Amino acid sequence: MELPDTDRKADAREEAMSKVRVLAGTRKGAFVLTADGKRDQWEVSGPHFAGWEMYHVKGSPVDPDRLYASQSSGWFGQIIQRSDDGGKTWHQPGTPPGEPPVPGPPKAASNKFVYDASDETGKPLTTHQWYDGTQHPWEFKRVWHLEPSLTDPDTVYAGVEDAAIFRSSDGGENWKELSGLRGHGTGPKWQPGAGGMCLHTIILDPSNPQRIWIAISAAGAFRTDDAGKSWKPINRGLYSKYIPKPTAEVGHCVHHVAMNPTRPGVLFMQKHWDVMRSDDAGDSWQKISGNLPTDFGFVIDVHAHEPETVYVVPIKSDAEHFVPDGKLRVFRSRTGGNEWEALTKGLPQKDCYVNVLRDAMAVDSLDKCGIYFGTSGGQVYASADAGDSWNPIVRDLPAVLSVEVQTLP
Amino acid sequence: MIRIVLPQHLRTLAHAEQEVTLEVDGPVTQGSVLDALEARYPMLRGTIRDQVTQQRRPFLRFFACEEDLSHEPPDAPLPQAVASGKEVLLIIGAIAGG
Repeated sequence: MELPDTDRKADAREEAMSKVRVLAGTRKGAFVLTADGKRDQWEVSGPHFAGWEMYHVKGSPVDPDRLYASQSSGWFGQIIQRSDDGGKTWHQPGTPPGEPPVPGPPKAASNKFVYDASDETGKPLTTHQWYDGTQHPWEFKRVWHLEPSLTDPDTVYAGVEDAAIFRSSDGGENWKELSGLRGHGTGPKWQPGAGGMCLHTIILDPSNPQRIWIAISAAGAFRTDDAGKSWKPINRGLYSKYIPKPTAEVGHCVHHVAMNPTRPGVLFMQKHWDVMRSDDAGDSWQKISGNLPTDFGFVIDVHAHEPETVYVVPIKSDAEHFVPDGKLRVFRSRTGGNEWEALTKGLPQKDCYVNVLRDAMAVDSLDKCGIYFGTSGGQVYASADAGDSWNPIVRDLPAVLSVEVQTLP
Repeated sequence: MIRIVLPQHLRTLAHAEQEVTLEVDGPVTQGSVLDALEARYPMLRGTIRDQVTQQRRPFLRFFACEEDLSHEPPDAPLPQAVASGKEVLLIIGAIAGG
């Protein structure tokens, strides 16, 4: 369709003035990728925290220069990093670079994630189910996901392994568990997925500050309507044949959940197998896999301006974590599911065997919505036309764990 | 004076040189040395031992005087050569299988 001249000029103006910043977490460091609104020329900064697993990097919607990053290592544990200048410089909250050591107890507590088992606000530390079905102690391992508040740059939520949600209200310096989730009572039935027992999805409701959705592999999705004091499982309609009771209240391996912020309560889910949607804030789910070549996968996201336009990247199976038929294809539904089209222009269609992990897709909010995703092969692809065509921003990063994007004025 | 050699990632985190030196009051043990190290470099809290249980992180090892001290109790005295600064205490990231 030909655009009228006025529309074309407006698009060109937005492209020239706007800027996007893509935050990529990889197995061996973080990268910041920037471009103007045309999204065709990219500058690459990094690796930041070279050699570390960067599970997630995300910016505050209130202050785009405030970034939070989860830096993790099987050897050295969990570190939280913060940038106040859009990723140019970083520090551990509470320990600014160059700060002289002081006598007495160290101030920095930003890497201290302690489950709250206190009498006043906590819940007893229970066990959870291990891979072999026995009970296993709850142990903190790492932060999978950081979700900055929609209203306060100093407030940020962390989804962790073993599954729990923490909140900091001082810029990441101190963390406190919202223990009502872990203490919901079903904890002993939760079990780790292949990647560990992680809380990987946190969605804040822009229309209701009391409401948060989260998802855990493998427990399922949960919702709070009282700002995190109490939680309820929202898994009705999910069917998982790899648990003893396929319709159980908990135990489902939810891989990711996405929501268009302009339509709170309409949720899209990529489960271990099955793509699902809910139109009632998670109270019930319907399967929308439709004509997908396989409905196993990790990522799912929603167009910024078209709330019925949904994106997934089908993966062959739970045993073969790569795209089917050697073809990297994003599938888009413009009908809220069930009817899917393959998007292939610019993506490899031969001999490609990469995976796209659960937090490795994001959308920008420019008028022409941009879609971004990263692969286990180290490519980060961008589409400046809602998925019609794709270009690699970079081809040879370490394996990509997460991708977020910021739309900057 | 106690001399400690840190692995690369911890040096980067601490903005420190490969070898750091510390003064320790009282008995020189793994526990007292790590207390002093964390007091000087608070950003290392949690990276060498768990912040709550004080247990050594499983992929880190402590070597000194050509001995593996990883499994020594935290309150056991370190070798005199470490306590006097003649030998370094090595904090090593375990090489799991190569």
